[in-house]
Amino acid sequence: MAMSTEPLLSEMGAPGRLGASLPELDVPETPVPEGLLRTALRLPEITELEAVRHFTRLSRLNYSIDTNFYPLGSCTMKYNPKVNEDAANLAGFTDCHPLIPEDLAQGSIELMFGLQEMLKAVSGFDAVSLQPAAGAHGELTGVYMIRAWHESRKDAKRKRMLIPDSAHGTNPASVAMAGFEAVTIPSSADGGVDLAALKAACDDTVAGLMITNPSTLGLFERNILEVVKIVHDSGGLVYGDGANMNALVGAFRPADAGIDVMHFNLHKTFSTPHGGGGPGAGAVGASSRLASFLPGPIAARKGVNRGSGRGSRETSGDYGFEIPENSIGRVKSFYGNFGILVRAYAYMRQLGAVGLRRVSENAVINANYLRVLLRDTYHEPYDRPCMHEFVAEGDVAAGVRTVDVAKRLIDLGFHPPTIYFPLIVHEALMIEPTESESKETLDAFAAALIRIADEAKSDPQLLHDAPHDTPVGRLDEVAAARKPVLCYHCD
Amino acid sequence: MKIDQNAKYLKSHEWTRKDGDAFVCGISDHAQKALGDIVYVDLPAPGKHYKKGSAFGVIESVKAASDLYMPMSGTIVSSNTDLADHTDIVNKDCYGAGWFIRFTADDPKEWDTLLSPLEYMKVSEKE
Repeated sequence: MAMSTEPLLSEMGAPGRLGASLPELDVPETPVPEGLLRTALRLPEITELEAVRHFTRLSRLNYSIDTNFYPLGSCTMKYNPKVNEDAANLAGFTDCHPLIPEDLAQGSIELMFGLQEMLKAVSGFDAVSLQPAAGAHGELTGVYMIRAWHESRKDAKRKRMLIPDSAHGTNPASVAMAGFEAVTIPSSADGGVDLAALKAACDDTVAGLMITNPSTLGLFERNILEVVKIVHDSGGLVYGDGANMNALVGAFRPADAGIDVMHFNLHKTFSTPHGGGGPGAGAVGASSRLASFLPGPIAARKGVNRGSGRGSRETSGDYGFEIPENSIGRVKSFYGNFGILVRAYAYMRQLGAVGLRRVSENAVINANYLRVLLRDTYHEPYDRPCMHEFVAEGDVAAGVRTVDVAKRLIDLGFHPPTIYFPLIVHEALMIEPTESESKETLDAFAAALIRIADEAKSDPQLLHDAPHDTPVGRLDEVAAARKPVLCYHCD
Repeated sequence: MKIDQNAKYLKSHEWTRKDGDAFVCGISDHAQKALGDIVYVDLPAPGKHYKKGSAFGVIESVKAASDLYMPMSGTIVSSNTDLADHTDIVNKDCYGAGWFIRFTADDPKEWDTLLSPLEYMKVSEKE
């Protein structure tokens, strides 16, 4: 059944209708000067109930992880446990003003310290800063740290940052914002970094490499040790993009592979809401040689990691803050997105070390289960066991493209996967089911995709016209991009 | 896939052709098909100098954005201003009216080192 289009507020109501009753005017009326009156604005004139119904109807069009399966590749749309919300809503946290003296905020600082320690444990890094507010913000922070490290060694010629073509899509932007030049490194036939191309690109102008492992192809970089060594031997540093950490927790510590700095997406791996559901948190971890460059303030325990940095001062509590010695400074006001840190802390404490490893194992098992269900129908360019996600090709019949398959999935009740990324796969469908989903959900999603592949052959027009059951059908993305209309015009 | 037999190519799908004393550059038919409907092209101002292989512009389709790479070291003479409002020309006529830049080469002999039409066909068929 097709849902109807919701009118705009200005298209509802009637002239003179009000949402509130104002008292009679008891002073002389002062008319608005002639030239300042505009009549073309068509301001809404509606009742309170009309406004409530309008927004309630719109809210029912929301699609979220709380309503349906959301296999958006590289986004880790896992369930956000409600108990995390309870923790984050405790008055001790919500009533804590960011300018409160440290001795009155001991619980909040202890929580930050505990989260830093847990992130250090799962990554092997020497230190963690919780400052960055999102994944790409963490990337930018890491690139700034690499830049500051080279500057501290007076090595000013290192301006090139190498990025494999299977890396997370935001990396080149982070590099450009830091004033570096992004250089693409191609993938080899098996989907890993092309080592010969990497070697050829490495010289004394290379600031470093940004590697996403597992890559956006959902493949673990089997030559990670070799890749890191090649970059280190040329004098560069290695940034790990932690966007896909959900595949690795408890199984692989990035620091053990020699990675120098990496961000964690707390809003992916550690279950805090995202995608419109809440702000992100892109904590950054660093190895011993970069730890002193981390942004601060960093939570510290008295007698532990205290006293060496600038700005450390004694408090009457056990916990306080410090700014690392060579810190690039603050990258966010106050202490990062604190409410998100509480949710991630609650998630990690509930699961513990064993539970977190099982999260990653189940994420990998779910992705491989789906991959095998679909591989006879949708061509998979890298047909080998995947990690937490996999990439297939959506052109299942002549004249049918990935975007058609994706739009048809909406009719069948599923959020489409990420499409047309990574760029190195033709007509890519990038599917990440996460550990949250049951076998029944995965089976139903695979059945929907297989049904769509059948429809693509028997009735391709059905796909070209999809979605059918939404308030608006297929939008003309080309016209929207070429001739955008950015203002609403009252006729 | 259409190929301009008078042009030479890069693996990254740019073509370049001699045009009097200068060279003209655009993207191949294979590239415009893979990108799909082009919606935006950002091209450099005349006078700018680029080294071979460095990015001189950006092309964006509904699917993806990607850099445009300089086929040879050289200085921009002019950019195709028609593309600002009519990016669909790239999809319709990538070897003709859909050209991107005209440039003078630092070393015109660099042209000889680029991929021949046959070599480029082999490279792009593998994709």
